Amino acid sequence: MEFDLNLLLNGIVSGLLLGGLYAAAAAGLAVSFGMLDIVNIAHPALMVAAAFLVVVVGTALGLDPLLTALLLAPVFYLVGTGIYTVYNYFFERRGDEALQGLAFFFGVMFIIEVGLVMAFGPEQRFLDPDWGFVTWRIGEIDLPLRMLVPALFALAAIGLLYLFLHKTFTGLAIAAVAQDAEALRLMAIDPVKIKRLAFGISVALACIAGGALIVVQPVEPSSGQIFIGRVFAICIMGGMASLSGAIMAAFLFGVVENVTATFAGPSWAPAVAFGWLLLVLTFRPQGLFGRAA
Amino acid sequence: MSLITRRQLGRVAVAAAVAGAGQTPGLFPAHAQSANPIRIGYAMAMSGGLAGNGRATNLAYQIWAAEVNARGGLLGRPVQLVVYDDQTNGGTVPGIYTKLLDVDKVDIVTSPYATAMIAPAMPVVMQRQMTFLTIFGAGVNESFKYDRHFNMNVVGDNMKETYAKGFLDVVGMLPTPARSIAIVAVDNEFAQKAAESARFHAKAKGLRIVYDRSYPPSTVDFTPTVRAIQSARPDVVFVASYPPDSNGILRAVSELRFQPQIFGGAMVGPQLATMQAQMGPILNNLVNWDTYSPEPTMQFPGVAAFQAKYRELAHKEQVDLLGNYIPPYAYAQMQVLEQALKRVGRIDQAALAADLHKSEFDTIVGKVKFGPNGEWAEPRNLFCQFQNITDGDLEKYKRPGTKVILAPANLKSGDLRAPYGPPA
Repeated sequence: MEFDLNLLLNGIVSGLLLGGLYAAAAAGLAVSFGMLDIVNIAHPALMVAAAFLVVVVGTALGLDPLLTALLLAPVFYLVGTGIYTVYNYFFERRGDEALQGLAFFFGVMFIIEVGLVMAFGPEQRFLDPDWGFVTWRIGEIDLPLRMLVPALFALAAIGLLYLFLHKTFTGLAIAAVAQDAEALRLMAIDPVKIKRLAFGISVALACIAGGALIVVQPVEPSSGQIFIGRVFAICIMGGMASLSGAIMAAFLFGVVENVTATFAGPSWAPAVAFGWLLLVLTFRPQGLFGRAA
Repeated sequence: MSLITRRQLGRVAVAAAVAGAGQTPGLFPAHAQSANPIRIGYAMAMSGGLAGNGRATNLAYQIWAAEVNARGGLLGRPVQLVVYDDQTNGGTVPGIYTKLLDVDKVDIVTSPYATAMIAPAMPVVMQRQMTFLTIFGAGVNESFKYDRHFNMNVVGDNMKETYAKGFLDVVGMLPTPARSIAIVAVDNEFAQKAAESARFHAKAKGLRIVYDRSYPPSTVDFTPTVRAIQSARPDVVFVASYPPDSNGILRAVSELRFQPQIFGGAMVGPQLATMQAQMGPILNNLVNWDTYSPEPTMQFPGVAAFQAKYRELAHKEQVDLLGNYIPPYAYAQMQVLEQALKRVGRIDQAALAADLHKSEFDTIVGKVKFGPNGEWAEPRNLFCQFQNITDGDLEKYKRPGTKVILAPANLKSGDLRAPYGPPA
């Protein structure tokens, strides 16, 4: 493929828009995996479950999918606190969180997938807002609202999370529990309570990501599987416990994927994107924006 | 209250799983003729990525079994389906077929859906010399060369030379001859074979291939791929894709206002009701591979009655609402089995295979005859064009005039409209 500036610019812009979706999917995981050290491999499945619920509720009430996701986020927060309570009681409390905890979240993932098949059938589901078929054109740059609006929506939600984590006492406690749970206990704060709250927030973010996902593409019960590798790679590349790092890594991942797909062909896109991950880990094992131990 | 031990729990779970296998609660009542049934076993994608077509296939089988049992059974015995979910995972398939044959001791085995799940079943089935009726495989027996394999699929043998012929015939219908073609295919066996066929026929017709790439099934955003194709300025685009990629590709094509003379190929997805409902007019003028369209040229005896029955149940079973793609062929597959069994008069794998090789079968998808390799002796790859679509209403897909057949010539029901993409 010959070099073409328009192709490059459009590749970068579409990569940033794709990165917005990845950021939505990775932000929740950056909290649970990056800050709480909980390998929630069911996170993408929760995102897809949210997308299904957005379709059901949005269709029934005639609401915009992104607004519906916002309304459903508190429900997912409660689901998240419930999942964490079970995880903490059976695994974390006993010190079994490493391997058995991972198996637990694998189980949660399969239960969600099979549950979705049983409840909704295996067919694709979609909920397209009217604006999802509109594309803005600025010069030679195409901005399909199907990609742009979910990316902005996700960034707004992540921005609020960022403010919460950095400007509130509870948010700072979440950051603290990521560093030293025992030290938090010395300050008369229950780390389990803080972790439950943080995990609830991470699952609520999966709901927001589900709303973004259903606008971008239709979903089927197993749709989450293609995101597992990407979101974990993004969290690691950004630097564990760094929300802003995960977001930057998501954009980088999207741009690398799309520019590679434009010029070298789509089959190279994941190889190059994951190659970047290896490169980053070689030279900065703590991730792009993580702090060295 | 006594506590259940982990071992007891395991036993209960296994017992429940075994008891649950093959049961289809709610849809069809248990049949009175329960003595010594003919047991037909198969794995099917009831969950996972291919579950949409897997479940639709299973529903067609259930309709056939219920009809046969209502007529008094087969060879004087009721028919019983024994099905296990392969989870769209080829790794589960050998174990399922071993269980079906060695533990459940089924009389007949049919295949899972589709190529990637059929291939892992082949060694198990071949080892026990079972006659194997498969559904929608693509060239599976090219390497196995098993003489008891019979595939219900329109693609036939020698996919490279036959599959995309119809598409390139349609390209020849353009008022201004096309000079260039772009080919893009997902990295899976079916799509790669389809792309290989497109390449073969494009070269034969003297078309310049200006873009020829594959993409991984995990691709999320197709905008850069479509833009790269657009910049190569092909007259014709051949895409071999699976859902939901087909959806992403068509959305990107629409967003980038890409309007080649002909767009389509071997996209799996536009045949299904969900995508037809979602895409609406974006499908207009798409020329795509298909297996069935309710055009006057394809009104085979029994197909309308089957589809009416299927559509009654489809909503409740949460499967494809129209049943225009795989269900008629799944039902026809069982008709083939029924006719062969009746002719042979007993469960005899060698005699069944011999009959399947030599006979012609009357089915709801027309007359079917198998070639030496167990594929259809005469391929029937349809290339249909979506026309007159203004919205996502599905009713129009039950009538002629929406999926117009352009190839093959003997089933042609309308004329090509070009370019791709203008509003209806």
